[in-house]
Amino acid sequence: MKAPSPMSPNTYVGQPIERVEDLRFLRGRGQYIDDIKRDDQVCAAFVRSAVAHGRVRSIDATAALAMPGVRAVITAADFDGPIPTIPFRRPNPSIGPYAQPVIASDKVRYVGEPVAVVIADTAERAEDAAQEVVLDIEELPAIVGMAPAEANEVLLFEAAGGNVASVFVGTLGDAAAAFAAADRVVRGAFRTQRQTAMPMETRGLLAEWNATTSHLTMFGAAKLPFFNRRAMAAMMNLPEAQVDYIELDVGGGFGARGEFYPEDFLLAFAARRLGCPVKWIEDRREHFLATGHARESACDIEFALRSDGIILGARGTLFSNIGAYVRPNGITPARNMVQFLSGPYRIPNIHFEGRGIVTNKTPAGTYRGPGRYEGCFYCEQMLDLSADKLGLDRLEIRRRNLLTDADMPYRLATISPSDGAAETFCDSGDYRSTFERCIIESGWAEKAQLQGRLIDGRYHGLAIGNFIEGGASGPQENARIDVEADGMVSVYAGSSAIGQGTETVLGQIAADALEIPFERITVLHGSTTYLSEGWGSYGSRGTVMGGSAVIDAAQGLIAKFRGAAAIALDVAEKELHIANGVASAPNGRSVKLAQMAGLSCDGSFKNSKATYTFGAAMAHVAVDPKTGHVAVIDYLAVDDVGRIINPLTLHGQVTGAAVQGLGSVFSEELVYDESGQILVGSLADYLVPLATDYPTIRCVSLENYPSPNNPLGAKGAGEGGIIPVGGVVLSAVTAALQSLGVRPRELPISPPKLWALIQQAAQA
Amino acid sequence: MTAIMQLSFDVNGAPVVVEVQARTTLADCLRHTLGLTGTHLGCEHGICGACTVIVDDAAVRSCLMLAVQAEGTRVVTVEGLSGDDSLTPLQAAFRKHHALQCGFCTPGMITTLHALLTDEPFADADRIRDVLSGNICRCTGYIPIIEAALEARIAYQGKREDGRR
Ligand code: FES
Ligand code: FES
Repeated sequence: MKAPSPMSPNTYVGQPIERVEDLRFLRGRGQYIDDIKRDDQVCAAFVRSAVAHGRVRSIDATAALAMPGVRAVITAADFDGPIPTIPFRRPNPSIGPYAQPVIASDKVRYVGEPVAVVIADTAERAEDAAQEVVLDIEELPAIVGMAPAEANEVLLFEAAGGNVASVFVGTLGDAAAAFAAADRVVRGAFRTQRQTAMPMETRGLLAEWNATTSHLTMFGAAKLPFFNRRAMAAMMNLPEAQVDYIELDVGGGFGARGEFYPEDFLLAFAARRLGCPVKWIEDRREHFLATGHARESACDIEFALRSDGIILGARGTLFSNIGAYVRPNGITPARNMVQFLSGPYRIPNIHFEGRGIVTNKTPAGTYRGPGRYEGCFYCEQMLDLSADKLGLDRLEIRRRNLLTDADMPYRLATISPSDGAAETFCDSGDYRSTFERCIIESGWAEKAQLQGRLIDGRYHGLAIGNFIEGGASGPQENARIDVEADGMVSVYAGSSAIGQGTETVLGQIAADALEIPFERITVLHGSTTYLSEGWGSYGSRGTVMGGSAVIDAAQGLIAKFRGAAAIALDVAEKELHIANGVASAPNGRSVKLAQMAGLSCDGSFKNSKATYTFGAAMAHVAVDPKTGHVAVIDYLAVDDVGRIINPLTLHGQVTGAAVQGLGSVFSEELVYDESGQILVGSLADYLVPLATDYPTIRCVSLENYPSPNNPLGAKGAGEGGIIPVGGVVLSAVTAALQSLGVRPRELPISPPKLWALIQQAAQA
Repeated sequence: MTAIMQLSFDVNGAPVVVEVQARTTLADCLRHTLGLTGTHLGCEHGICGACTVIVDDAAVRSCLMLAVQAEGTRVVTVEGLSGDDSLTPLQAAFRKHHALQCGFCTPGMITTLHALLTDEPFADADRIRDVLSGNICRCTGYIPIIEAALEARIAYQGKREDGRR
């Protein structure tokens, strides 16, 4: 199969081009939000609820206001009229009552909820004064688990009448008939723990208000600046044109950063009220309380099987603990589990229900592969249970159910209520191809003899799991290309950068499309001042959508160049030959694109069809039964991304995501006690992977099945690396411990938990 | 708590005199008083290593050191390890191996590795991993960072033979 590409012959796309961003990052010249300051800036500190559920009786700021340098203490009482609420990314009739007010007024519902904002001349003074604001909160019983929350033992929102904020149903075919016809029904219940994305740069913003023009500028934008501008303008009662979001360098995103948070609005509100720029940098402890959580989920599901292992259908319920409010992306994981649990496997009849349940924890949102990581974990565990029950080989059951070329385009479960992406189709690929490649590349044939064996005191286990990754989500992305006075070319894109190398990959695409040297191009992105409308970088869309818009702009620019060159050279347009940035006439005269200062063209790419990167991952682990420690001996990811723009950045995404996933499997957990207090508050107790933990990650990326849905043939690839990790690693652990009958059913599999399971099995 | 103190030290080869509060950390002094924003703060708890600078030839977490403790020392930050236009061999190896994505941890990685490889230019992969286990990177998974460090060793081996230190 050939890529449906308009670009020929490309010289940059596909090459391991070293990143342009690195030149400033490596020399300490990046400019992140805390690196900018204004002479007249003031700083904010947030006063947050220390109780998980309570009624606010009073807030006394007298002492704080008397402290040196304090300019204001803002509370709910400072708002005339209703307090604005945080917008939803996927609006839906049921979630309205669960929206988060930007500041607590009558009730608080999680530890960390903003109750007041202190503004002072320095950050230190604002933080000192915040400690002197006295909150009187009447404590109410808190609810932290999903089961008691679902039973409505305590209501978080009395007016809403229940703690289930949303229910998604995913259907395909006729699940009831499939279960009636099944030879065997296998049922399983599993859980994944609460986590957070944990970018190394905490959140931060600088809000600047210009009273003369009534214009608000928010520095520190990420992910989706245009959506946030629209939301902010509505909340501030301003026309959209009077709000701008400026993106600086961003120290990691992974889904959590850049969503609209309560602090965003409160900083803008304070800037307008005080008439000077207001800056806030979240500290790490605050990050645990205030930045979106993710991943806490559970399932109770069944597979209907034929005796040969063919899956006839799947049904059951999926639960997502979304915390105290529905934040912009709060219901996305529940929704995605329902649609993507079947993943790369042919499950023709599906009926899943996904419930988003509110509890007194920090509100949740998305983290890399939201709902997809959880769904993949559940699906892979169900396949193992099914294979074991049917007496089939664990690889064979996967091989028999993987989708093939002949299935494409393949319809996934349809979601209701609809959210614009209710129907989606796997776009291209033979999903057995990466699976078989993974078997070969991992040396499975030799390794398989280790399966389940006790060697030098450790049980070895191996597994292969499969995944799909949705990407290139619509509806659109925009770009513009300008030829500058000095002959350089500026490419403006709606995509935003969160560390993934946007400037480099979009520059490669533009250079090829314009047939000019990469060095002549500057890519500018992510700020609302560059384009009138844009979307951003989420759901693995920045490169595919932004890149496709850049191609459209480049083609338009070349057409305009042709017209301008025809006039300049006084020949008919069709007589011109355009190559390598030069228009040549038959008479030998020519003109360069670089001489066309002022030439400019907009481009866009509309898309209602997602791309689906697919792949397989192999894990080889060794479990020490005396300690419960699991060593990852080998981990290999094989994926097919349709078209590789830059192998360096692609491998960076896959490897980095795989290691994040290993942190999910073994060590990262946001632990709460029964009263709703969060028990982790630093990187010393929330254990992200370190350099010594996982030295043996390999990846192989293929481009055998381009996407038919965009001119690049590329598929989004920022999340696939993490999606299979939970599923495949737990499968390897259960394979290692099969002789002991140990089958963990929840993540993380930390040493004490696994040790306890091994002890239990030994006693049984 | 707000006592102002005078501090003289050497930053990136130049003598500096500044006034800081007694409670100001070295990191805040470098970033906010001196405008050397290449030193990053990822945790302010001494855990992530993003704030690492070199004080009298040793890698130090500048979030855990008070500025006044730097009196009379020689401090080198990532800016001081960088040429104006070109990359040092360590920086070039980072770029070649794609050992950075968002770049937020990178200054701390560069300073930590520079201090290590200056002292131990023959450090092996295990030793490098061990030392870097005090620097968190959320983006890369560390593998390319180790590759870059191994490749950059040669540049430091030369220096050692020149009789440095
Ligand atoms: S900021 Fe100093 S160690 Fe994290
Ligand atoms: S490159 Fe982002 S944290 Fe290391």
